[in-house]
Amino acid sequence: MEAINISTPRQKWNSLKKRPASLILFLAVWVAAIIVSAIILIIVGYVLIKGIPHLKPSLFEWEYTTKNVSMMPAIINTVSMTFLSLIMSVPIGIFSAIYLVEYAKTGSRFVKFIRTTTETLTGIPSIVYGQFGFLIFVIACGFKNSMLSGALTLSIMILPSIMRTTEEALLSVPTTFREGSFGLGAGRLRTVFRVVLPSAVPGILSGIILAIGRIVGETAALIYTSGTVAGIPKDIFSSGRTLSVHMYALTSEGLYMNEAYATAVVILAVVLIINTISEILAKKMSAKKG
Amino acid sequence: MVRVEITERGISLKTFAEKFMKLIFLISACASIIAVALICIFLFSNGFRTMSKIGIWDFLTGTIWQPSQEIFGILPMIIGSIYVTAGAIIIGVPIGLLCAIFMAKFCPKWLYRFLKPATNLMAGIPSIVYGFFGLVVIVRLMQNYLFVGKSVLAASIMLGIMILPTIISVSEAAIRAVPESYYEGSLALGATHERSVFFTTLPAAKSGVMAGIILGIGRAIGEALAVNMVAGNQPIIPDSIFSGVRTLTSNIVLEMGYAADLHREVLIATGVVLFVFILIINILFSLIKKGDK
Repeated sequence: MEAINISTPRQKWNSLKKRPASLILFLAVWVAAIIVSAIILIIVGYVLIKGIPHLKPSLFEWEYTTKNVSMMPAIINTVSMTFLSLIMSVPIGIFSAIYLVEYAKTGSRFVKFIRTTTETLTGIPSIVYGQFGFLIFVIACGFKNSMLSGALTLSIMILPSIMRTTEEALLSVPTTFREGSFGLGAGRLRTVFRVVLPSAVPGILSGIILAIGRIVGETAALIYTSGTVAGIPKDIFSSGRTLSVHMYALTSEGLYMNEAYATAVVILAVVLIINTISEILAKKMSAKKG
Repeated sequence: MVRVEITERGISLKTFAEKFMKLIFLISACASIIAVALICIFLFSNGFRTMSKIGIWDFLTGTIWQPSQEIFGILPMIIGSIYVTAGAIIIGVPIGLLCAIFMAKFCPKWLYRFLKPATNLMAGIPSIVYGFFGLVVIVRLMQNYLFVGKSVLAASIMLGIMILPTIISVSEAAIRAVPESYYEGSLALGATHERSVFFTTLPAAKSGVMAGIILGIGRAIGEALAVNMVAGNQPIIPDSIFSGVRTLTSNIVLEMGYAADLHREVLIATGVVLFVFILIINILFSLIKKGDK
């Protein structure tokens, strides 16, 4: 009875004092929450404090040299890698989600099978993707260490998450929309493209943005597929390293720790922006649903 | 009345477009199947060929790893992976689970507005940043106070931190999905808030929590670069939590760059062993989810 009517911290404290077991549990959850908050603050704070003083304009020059390990080429490579992976993965991901939601019978064996395969893809560690990409794209297809090999590997890696979020976005579009469209005489194809997809856009976008986050943060899958050449590649058949690979290379060489800190700040900033955008979009989507 | 006039040609074009696009959608849907098939074929065929060349038993239970002598035993790495993953669970699961309970049932609204985006941010931080943090903070702190640097313990702490966001978000969702009536029923019987949450809501969320833990295990065992930076990478079975360790993943990262011929094939076989571990974890995951329904 007391438990329900507790209103002030003091009353809460008095009731807890009488029940040591509850008190221990109460303290345990608070301690855990404090530890987690502290870990986040320490990681972010440490990187920012150590990194921001080293964010010199010279680090953003066009040319990478051993004297000035500029991260500009890596930033450009990250953008082109993201673009390349997305143009391969997004259409396939969206189309397959359309098939699963709008065409296939829900719960059919085929749908279940695809679900199993996407779950398998989600679970594969990125280093195994790297090895696979190395075997098939670098060696078997003969693309060598190149942006193309890297982007192909990444596009397989992000496919399941794009499929999953698109599926969820499509499912959240009310059936009445489809019925209305059919009632007006539109075919299934027109209904999908004119009615269902436009209402699902925010959900799909938030999935794509999460995929961008994964591409930006990826290292293990790229080292042996797109390689670690520091400059801007002249075409997609040449090697180039993204920002995360750049940071890995700087850290493992051990000579440019300050620059590694600065790179970490840039990566953190990108992650923060990506998270914020995807949260806004997700909120938009759920507001629509509600 | 509107007269609908559809020419013969119009209908056939429209049905053609419908059928054609349906086919395109179907082909796209098969893309993930093709991807999994390709991954399995390429990795397994390479891996098993190599394993049979050097002997599966020697490969899996050999304790000596000397690529220059063509002696390839990956037992130290298998054990290393299991050790650091177990360490990550011991460190990450209690904290993550308690924090999830806090966020679902104890957290004041103002704090939640900070904590939720913070854990999301934590999930988004790339592993290279965690590895870097582990190297310059965790390893250095341990050197200063415990006089050991890169070790099982350092890798476990770092992986424990890395799996926190996965465990927190999945467990929190599972706890929130438990009907409020369970909790209220317990309160009505005179239990405190804490008791109700821990002994009625939490058991009901058991399978969701387990799923979160298994996802965390998958992340810990598959993590490569971050572990590589803090584990020390000696290819011997560690005799204490303070000795250096090499995992399956860091074995690949370390040597894939320069390996050639048989050595490279052996590294791919190492990846296959890792892949099999992950498949087992995936099967466990789907079994738990099935049990939930």
